[in-house]
Amino acid sequence: MSSFGFSALRRDWRSSFLTWLTALAAAVVFVFLAVILAGVLWQGKDLFSWRFLTSSPGENLLDADQAGVLPMLAGTVARVMLMAAFTMPAGVLTAIYMVEYAPSSSPATALIRSAIHSLAGVPSVVIGLFGLAFFVHFIGGNLDSIFRPNASSPYWNHPGLLWASLTMAILTLPAVSTAVEESLRARSAGLREASMALGATRLQTVVKVILPRALPGILSGGLLAVSRASGAVTPILLTGAAHFTTEDGSPGGFMDLGYYVFLLSTQSPDAEGARPILYAAVMALLLLTFPLNAAAIFIRAQTNTRSGMFR
Amino acid sequence: MAIRSSENSSPDGEAKPLIVTQNLSVRYGAAMALDSVSLEIPEGLATALIGPSGCGKSTLLRCFNRMNDLIDRVKITGRVAIAGHDIYRRQVHAAELRKKVGIVFQQPNPFPKSIRGNVAYGPKLHGLRNRGRLAEVVEASLKAAALWDEVKDRLESNALTLSVGQQQRLCIARAIAVEPKILLMDEPASELDPGAAARIEELILNLKNRFTIVLATHNMQQAARISDQTAFFRSGKLIEHGLTNTLFTSPKKQQTEDYITGRFG
Repeated sequence: MSSFGFSALRRDWRSSFLTWLTALAAAVVFVFLAVILAGVLWQGKDLFSWRFLTSSPGENLLDADQAGVLPMLAGTVARVMLMAAFTMPAGVLTAIYMVEYAPSSSPATALIRSAIHSLAGVPSVVIGLFGLAFFVHFIGGNLDSIFRPNASSPYWNHPGLLWASLTMAILTLPAVSTAVEESLRARSAGLREASMALGATRLQTVVKVILPRALPGILSGGLLAVSRASGAVTPILLTGAAHFTTEDGSPGGFMDLGYYVFLLSTQSPDAEGARPILYAAVMALLLLTFPLNAAAIFIRAQTNTRSGMFR
Repeated sequence: MAIRSSENSSPDGEAKPLIVTQNLSVRYGAAMALDSVSLEIPEGLATALIGPSGCGKSTLLRCFNRMNDLIDRVKITGRVAIAGHDIYRRQVHAAELRKKVGIVFQQPNPFPKSIRGNVAYGPKLHGLRNRGRLAEVVEASLKAAALWDEVKDRLESNALTLSVGQQQRLCIARAIAVEPKILLMDEPASELDPGAAARIEELILNLKNRFTIVLATHNMQQAARISDQTAFFRSGKLIEHGLTNTLFTSPKKQQTEDYITGRFG
């Protein structure tokens, strides 16, 4: 037997091993997703209903018979919408600056870029602490001392929807600006030149040519940020999430789906009894985030095909 | 007026210079793209800039409407004057300059808009709002670019549905619509098949009557067919400039002769 045949055999074995290994890795991802979804569906199906989604919980948050997630759902939706209202303009403007105006060779640009990347790596609990210190205590405290110097109880210097949304906006800003930056750069160089060659200014070029082209990227980036933010709890623990909303009209805390899941799973004295509510609440949360992800993926897929609706 | 370049006396006794460069040098970072080029380009004629790729002809072309400004780390020294005005003075608004000096790029780059939208882009940008007047400009520009008959029934369809050759003629129409005085063409036919390239050449010949044309090309036959004057570049330096006929039949420099006879390039 020649050495030729042997080495060919061995390479074949290695290559098929690698194929199987990669396939296995992909399968593991799929299996995990399936197990998670099946578990949630199975354990949450009894309690999950239209009534569950559209009613408020009773006095006892852990009473399965009176369970409802409407205020949490509303709180989560409100905080991510408000967050998007802060993070989208900031992210888009940052990206426009980075792509169109920042001189790519200057050290200042490199500094800004590394700041954006570092911000993306800051743990969310640290962002939450920053939100508490900066938005709640510093900004809120100052607002109180300026506008309500004689009030006995703090009004702004208190965790709330506004502060939680701003904190969340800081958390998602790097992802949004990076996604927008990529879509601004993609396939636009020739169009930028074409527009400027016709006598357009940089601003006119951005508004008339670059932004419309980047719109799908901006949209899908925003949707992904909103989807991620809907499930994130850590940053709002300190800056706004509340056990129960107060009715005294203060801008105080809000109820939140993710935070509710956290409460049910860790703070409940009766873990067994709370489990059905927990899983039903998780189902509600997934119902909120999955369509957002799906829409983002759909938009991205559309822009990547020639026949897509955004071409 | 004399064409004041190397030993050439006056290749064309009548034409007066429209674009004049003096000791123009361009560096991209450490790389020298143009080395002290002094050249006069006459008004109302077609001038071809020829030379092997990387010789600086595109860089020179892009100096004439300050497209190089868009590139980072570019350093331009020397002087470029158009109709007697130094275009690199601080007060000159590059966007205004580019209205007067249009450019067509090597790669056809229509906007992903309708055919009409592409041609109307420039005029609308510069304040033309009247629909009837816009329609006239669109028709006239497409006719001038020899594209009207092919697209007149589908002005609203996306420009990207056109063939590459049609897209390039659309880009020419788009440039014409702004009514520039000078039309710069950066290898406008090199991405096209021979048939489409021939149509572009024919079009440029027709446009010579309306615009001062500066054409950068590595295609010597094309330069010979289209241009009145030719300037030959190599390694960022202007080697020779003269009447196209003279330059191709009796070049004065050995390097020019080597290039046009195909000994290098």
